[in-house]
Amino acid sequence: MKPKTVDKIATGVIVTFSLIIVAVLLGLLGYILFRGFSHISWSFLTSIPQTIRVGGGIGPQLFNSLFLLVLTLIITIPLGLGAGIYMAEYAKPGKITGTIRLVVEVLSSFPSIVVGLFGLLLVVNTFGFGFSLFSGALVLTIFNLPLIVRVTEQAFRGVAKEQKEAGLALGLSKWKIITSILFPVALPSLVTGIVLAAGRVFGEAAALLFTAGMSTPRLDFTDWNPFSPMSPINPFRPAETLAVHIWKINNEGLAPDAAEIAAGASAVLVILVLVFNLLARWLGRVLYRYFTASKVTE
Amino acid sequence: MKAKNPSPIRMKRHHMEDSIGRIYTTFCVSLLVIIIVSMIYFVASKGLSTFIKDGLNVGDFLFGTKWSPGSDNPLYGALPFIVGSFSTSILAALIASPLSICASLFMTEIVPGWGKRILQPVIELLAGIPSVVYGFVGLSVIVPLFRDIFPGQGIGIAAGSLVLSIMILPTITSITTDALSTLPKGLKESSFALGATRWQTISRVVIPTVLPSILTGIVLGMARAFGEALAVQMVIGNAPHIPNSLFQSASTLTSVITLNMGNTIGGSIENNALWSMALALMIMTFIFVIVVRLLERRNRI
Repeated sequence: MKPKTVDKIATGVIVTFSLIIVAVLLGLLGYILFRGFSHISWSFLTSIPQTIRVGGGIGPQLFNSLFLLVLTLIITIPLGLGAGIYMAEYAKPGKITGTIRLVVEVLSSFPSIVVGLFGLLLVVNTFGFGFSLFSGALVLTIFNLPLIVRVTEQAFRGVAKEQKEAGLALGLSKWKIITSILFPVALPSLVTGIVLAAGRVFGEAAALLFTAGMSTPRLDFTDWNPFSPMSPINPFRPAETLAVHIWKINNEGLAPDAAEIAAGASAVLVILVLVFNLLARWLGRVLYRYFTASKVTE
Repeated sequence: MKAKNPSPIRMKRHHMEDSIGRIYTTFCVSLLVIIIVSMIYFVASKGLSTFIKDGLNVGDFLFGTKWSPGSDNPLYGALPFIVGSFSTSILAALIASPLSICASLFMTEIVPGWGKRILQPVIELLAGIPSVVYGFVGLSVIVPLFRDIFPGQGIGIAAGSLVLSIMILPTITSITTDALSTLPKGLKESSFALGATRWQTISRVVIPTVLPSILTGIVLGMARAFGEALAVQMVIGNAPHIPNSLFQSASTLTSVITLNMGNTIGGSIENNALWSMALALMIMTFIFVIVVRLLERRNRI
């Protein structure tokens, strides 16, 4: 065959395969949203699930997911920022830094179920926190930490060298340079990365099966005492998240409309992930404009 | 950087600030190391107790084809699950790799401008969709479809690997795209200058140059497929035997752990055998990381 013909065929194949991927995504989103959307209503979003009757909602699960996300971020962000800053600013090339890099790499490739089992062993049983939001948040922290570390390191490395040199020339301490010069410049990419990571945590289920548990106590939304077992903001109560709920009703859902609930819950989950994605972009742009006093050229 | 006349008080504050920063960030990094060391220790000690305390033979565990913990003569052979895990992840990589490589070529070589603007968000969204949602769609679309077309129930390794292939597509695509876009420009231009067509350039110059990166992406994708639990569990059927066809119910290491860990009593042999499977997953992760490291070393030369 002539090289020209081969070239045309190859190009055709590449374009077709790429279109297939776009079609798969559109089909996926279309299916999830189309099937689930009709089931989403205010009462579906706020009412409690039913085990054997029609008409269960996802209210507590939705709340648990959001609450767990907030808890996780409170623990993850300071730790991840610290470790990322160390990697970007303090680590010198050598054996120790190499080892730490390997640790981050290994940690990020551990299957989430193994991380969950480790949480079951250590946090739930040994430390005795039981199936609780707190245990879930700790495990999600382990799961999330390598991601935030990498995002932080990249964001700090991305800051122009001159900015740091200017700080040194002013006689500032290294920590002062990090917190008041580098941090604001790195903030837009940090926020983008953290929100994207949050989106991922939001959909995580395998690590939570054995740590946050697969049930939720009957919550009393008028009880805001964090130590009461029925209070929604008690971090030491078991909590089934939205993603875990989808898994559970697909496996052992007894309600006659289980498939519809799964579809509706999936749609809510996907919509929230989309919102996280858009939010990340938007926040990154706004912060960039705020801290650099410039228009975005993109 | 020494100032000429540092006032002692200011220098003191200076040093204190600096040491606070250093201590804090070092603490955070050490925490990472502590986490991983304790993780390896705990999972390994639990996983090994099957063989040390309960006296199960390692060979019987790895190559035993029968898993029947409930019977009178209990057997703990994990081979069906090991086979299931490997076949789903390898098949997933086989399906996803050509699609991913084509998508990367589309973004970098065919239409670099708007190709990237279309496919980049698509890939990011595919990466962002939660795994349980993939499982749900697999269960309600792929399984019924397979049930109609092929003999069997539709569940099985084929459905599992198809779901996984979409999940690992973003991993392979983004790594390949990164490698392709950092390729020196002169490389392609000199090939075009010799009169080569675009496909000749891609197949004989571009692909061989970035091959280690492509393989890195594929290995990372396989690692992800190997460790994925819930999406696979939902579509694979979870029968504890080695299937005869791709459309027969099967199990993976992750799906067995997911389903049984909560139903077994801690400390029993069955429970410990599940921990041994978790240990096997962990060892596989290490192997994947080592392979990726070796590939990256080849890439540097």
